[in-house]
Amino acid sequence: MSRTTLIILQIVVGLLAIALWHVFTTIPIFGVKLLPPFFFSTPADVGVRIVKWFVEGTIWRHLWITLIEAVLAFAIGSIAGVLIGFWFARKPVVAAVFDPYVKMINALPRVVLAPIFALWLGLGIWSKVALGITLVFFIVFFNVYQGVKEVSPAILANARMLGMNERQLMRHVYWPSALSWMFSSLHTSVGFAVVGAVVGEYLGSAAGLGYLIQQSEGLFDVAGVFAGMVVLAAFVIVIDGLVSLVERRLLVWRPVAPETQA
Amino acid sequence: MASEASRGGSLANERARGAAQPAVALDDITVTFPLGDGGRFTAVERASLSVADGEFVSIVGPTGCGKTTLLNIAAGLLAPSSGRVEVFALRLPGLNRQAGYLFQADALFPWKTALENVAIGLEVAGAARAQARERAQAWLTRVGLAHFTGRYPHMLSGGQRKRVGLAQVLIRDPKILLMDEPFGPLDAQTRQIMGNLLLDLWSADRKAVLFVTHDLEEAIALSDRVVIMSAGPHARVIGDWQVPLPRPRDIAEVKLEPAFHALHRDIWQVLKAEVLKGYAQSGGA
Repeated sequence: MSRTTLIILQIVVGLLAIALWHVFTTIPIFGVKLLPPFFFSTPADVGVRIVKWFVEGTIWRHLWITLIEAVLAFAIGSIAGVLIGFWFARKPVVAAVFDPYVKMINALPRVVLAPIFALWLGLGIWSKVALGITLVFFIVFFNVYQGVKEVSPAILANARMLGMNERQLMRHVYWPSALSWMFSSLHTSVGFAVVGAVVGEYLGSAAGLGYLIQQSEGLFDVAGVFAGMVVLAAFVIVIDGLVSLVERRLLVWRPVAPETQA
Repeated sequence: MASEASRGGSLANERARGAAQPAVALDDITVTFPLGDGGRFTAVERASLSVADGEFVSIVGPTGCGKTTLLNIAAGLLAPSSGRVEVFALRLPGLNRQAGYLFQADALFPWKTALENVAIGLEVAGAARAQARERAQAWLTRVGLAHFTGRYPHMLSGGQRKRVGLAQVLIRDPKILLMDEPFGPLDAQTRQIMGNLLLDLWSADRKAVLFVTHDLEEAIALSDRVVIMSAGPHARVIGDWQVPLPRPRDIAEVKLEPAFHALHRDIWQVLKAEVLKGYAQSGGA
């Protein structure tokens, strides 16, 4: 399938979904609207709301706050994940001792931590950043740990035979291997950074996309809720695109998956 | 490439030179591995083998006979359970710093280009980056990959990767070259080309080579001496043949000579029994 046809088909699916939404919410079928606009709003209302937000400029502050929170959560969570992942992988005793606790904390639904972070860190951005970190950290941590552990034994033996010392092994073998694993999870971890920020905002804040959605919900303003979701989805797609760009630059050495024949 | 003088020099001469001080001497080596169920597995038992300086020795044996184990012992990647390993008459304390090792599996760094892969051995030894890369470029040219320097390993064919591997090992100018079925995964034509390339590079400065293979023809065509190992476990060295073929050789042509056939027949008689034993033990797998 060519790239143009693919994009056209993708747009068709989107338009079709919006059209169905429009039909079911505005045109009565056998005297009833299948989707009452009070609960489902309408595409037109949602569109008008989004335009209004951007025209009035109120949305920018919320987007900016959410972006800052997500970026901070991603940066801090990744750095911590890389460092601790490396440390555990190189020191099996440490990994063994902490293993049950790592599993315990990772199994915990992060949402329950949100109120605690709000208590500790207040309603500003840091409680959301903390929530995002707990999500991002584990993804990066497990990938880096795996990446360091699973360096091919042949490559490791080769590196040693080529005369590398421990420090050079780190730099030329373990580090690139761990990085490649980390980048393979980049989409997931960036996505979770945004999730952490929005959920945190939703549960208690004064700004951000999550706050916007929560406020509209409180007023039974369904158009506002949907508009917030649409803006959030667009926001995530833009960030995901940026991640893909970074990925393509940093992982040039990786084989591209062969294109499947349709 | 190499001058005739360096290619010449009779076998007898070389043996006399090497006999004084073998490059690698494995003496009475036994290797046992602990098994999961508490037992022990003896891979190699009381194997002795020496490689003279400048000598090309092949180890041939059935699958699973501990050829690679013996090579890893010579490399210092594995310590023998008992026995002595000497490199130029000195006991090997750990990793064999005088040896270069070409692995059977792909061992290039996938995140480095061909050029970086070849240069890395010099860079970690403290050479300036620019200088290391310059010499890596020269080596890639020698193995016929002058135009592939910027490629990552996954963009190269199996044969090209082996060439990069060869350059990666040889650029450090090791005194001893250890090779573990390096051309195993390649197709027949590529193997022949790689074999000739190897002989060509080797004849330039005659390192001691220990070459592991399961292919008897390849072993005879390449080597000065062919050593046969018995089927594992408890594998031993059971035969040792000099190869009386003159050098320089062409792998394809040397296989047509009567001396080659005679030697092949002799060795195969011994090897065949071991191969069958090996098959029986591995359930014909």
